[in-house]
Order: sequence, then C-alpha cells, then structure tokens
Amino acid sequence: MGVIKKFKRNFSGIFKKLFKKQNARIGIYGPPNAGKTTLANRILRDWTGDAMGSVSHIAHETRRARRREGVTINTNGNSITLDIIDTPGLATKIDFHEFMEQGMDEAESKRRAKEATEGVIEAVKWLENLDGVILVMDATEDPFTQVNVTVIGNMEARSLPLLIVANKVDLAESSPSTIRDAFPQHPMVSISALEGKNIDTFYEELARRFG
Amino acid sequence: MSVQGFQMDLVSEHRLSEMTPVEKVRFIIDEVKGGKILVLEKGLSPEEEASLIEMTMTLIEPDGFSGIEMESYPTEVDTSFIGKILKKNALKSRLTVIGPADQLKTLRRDRNMISALISTNK
Repeated sequence: MGVIKKFKRNFSGIFKKLFKKQNARIGIYGPPNAGKTTLANRILRDWTGDAMGSVSHIAHETRRARRREGVTINTNGNSITLDIIDTPGLATKIDFHEFMEQGMDEAESKRRAKEATEGVIEAVKWLENLDGVILVMDATEDPFTQVNVTVIGNMEARSLPLLIVANKVDLAESSPSTIRDAFPQHPMVSISALEGKNIDTFYEELARRFG
Repeated sequence: MSVQGFQMDLVSEHRLSEMTPVEKVRFIIDEVKGGKILVLEKGLSPEEEASLIEMTMTLIEPDGFSGIEMESYPTEVDTSFIGKILKKNALKSRLTVIGPADQLKTLRRDRNMISALISTNK
C-alpha cells in the first residue's frame, strides 16, 4: 500500500513538473510618471521585502523593463503567484529638450532620450508576451491619452484581463471618478502607491482578475 | 498671394484597407515625417497603433524628428452579426488624427470629441 502511495506521489510530482502552468505574466503599463515603478516597488516590498527599481519625478526614469518572477500575494485566504513586469513609460514622442528643462546637460539629455525610445520599444514588444496588464493612470491627469487608449485596445483585442489603477489619490487634485467614467467597461481601483492608501483593495482585485 | 500653412490629408477607409498593416505604418510615418497631418477615416487597429509607436521610436533623432502626436477614440466592440462571426472579440477602430509631435497638440479629448491645435511654426 505504501509503495502505491509513494508511486502515486512521485508520479503526481513528475506530472506537475512536466505540465505545471507557468505563473501569469502581468505587465505594469502606463504613461511616463504615472507611478508604475512606485507601484511595482510597493508590491515587491509588501510580498518579497525587496524593490523593483528607482523612482524619480523626471519622466522615463525606468528605461528598461524589469521582471520579477514568482511574487506570491495572499489576500482574503486566496494565494496567487505572478511574474511582475515593470515596463518603461509608453509615449509617442520623446524630445531631449524636456530633459534639459529638468536640469540635465545636453549630452545626458540626448542619452536619456535615446534610452527612453529603446524602453518604449521594449514595452511595446512585451505586450505580446503577457497574460494581463495593470494599467496605471495618474488620477490628476486626463485619462484619454493615446497610450492608455492603445494599451486598453490591445488587451481588448486579445481578450486579456486588464486592471486599471487610478494612482496618486493622495493628491488633492486627483479625480479617480474621471478615469472610471472614461473606461467603465474595465475594473478600476483607486490607490496611492506612494502612501499605500487602499492597497489591500488593490491586492484583492489583483487576485480576482489574475488569479 | 502665397498660402502658407500645413498640409492635411484626409485618408479614406478604402485607401487604408488596401494596405497591409506594415504598409499602413510605413505610409503614416513617411507622411508625418514629411510634415503632414493625417486624418484617418477609420483609424488603426490596436496592434497597428502599437506597431506605429514602435516604429516611431526607432526614427526619433535629436534636433530632428521628435515623434508623433496621435489622437484616436477608444475602440468599440463590434456588435454586428458579421463582426461577431468573423472574430472572437471584434473591435471597431475609429477616426484618428496623426501628425508631427512638434506641430500637433491635443487640447482636450473625451470619448467622442477630440480638440487639437495645429501649429504652423516648428
């Protein structure tokens, strides 16, 4: 009897290894300075004790996609394990003069602009390799940016799950209801990734959408 | 009297439908880099928009082409019978305006209205 049980257990283990479903790959997308890396850092600090990358008020701080595999999130008795990809901010234009206005010299601004264009290309390419997207929007800005429209359209075309995050609700001028009204067909959570406001609701929705 | 300004081309759905996705993106980039504003009657698919962004990034140059301004409405799900049987999740793209980033500026946009400013000065 013990032998059969042992055989069953071993066979089950081999079967799981062979046919184990990979973790869902979830990309964090959005325009530059929406708070994508701040949110990625919040998720990782809460569940792994680590961080994803540095943040800055200057646009295109993240110029390379960063991937963290096997982030396990426990919420309301449910547990999901995801691969989180923090992507560079998407944009349709990049002008190095904007970096110079932030105090960088010309050579540094041009280098950053070049890296930013490469980052956008990388972010676009990742769109084809994801199982879902967290679309981070700055709740103090107009939600109808081309970047938002394009990312949502791509997820809808592929019938992939999307969770909209209205970020920066710690700021007085934020208006998450504007985002909800703009894209009523998708679930939305209002948070402050910086302060952690409403972050538990975000994790619950994350588990619901991608679990 | 000479007329100064920008050139705006209104591109019909029929004209775009004759092109492959690659041809569409190339056509748009070439025209916009040449300084034209394009109004596409039917717009691009979400995948084509992503390709256009990608190709735009490869062509950005310091003190030269700084990118595009693209304005389109959110896609709508095609609820027609034909749309349903042709694709699992058929989306209808809508009118789109594309121009050089240094000439076209979005003032305001909502679900059914785009307001833009076109500058004649680069």
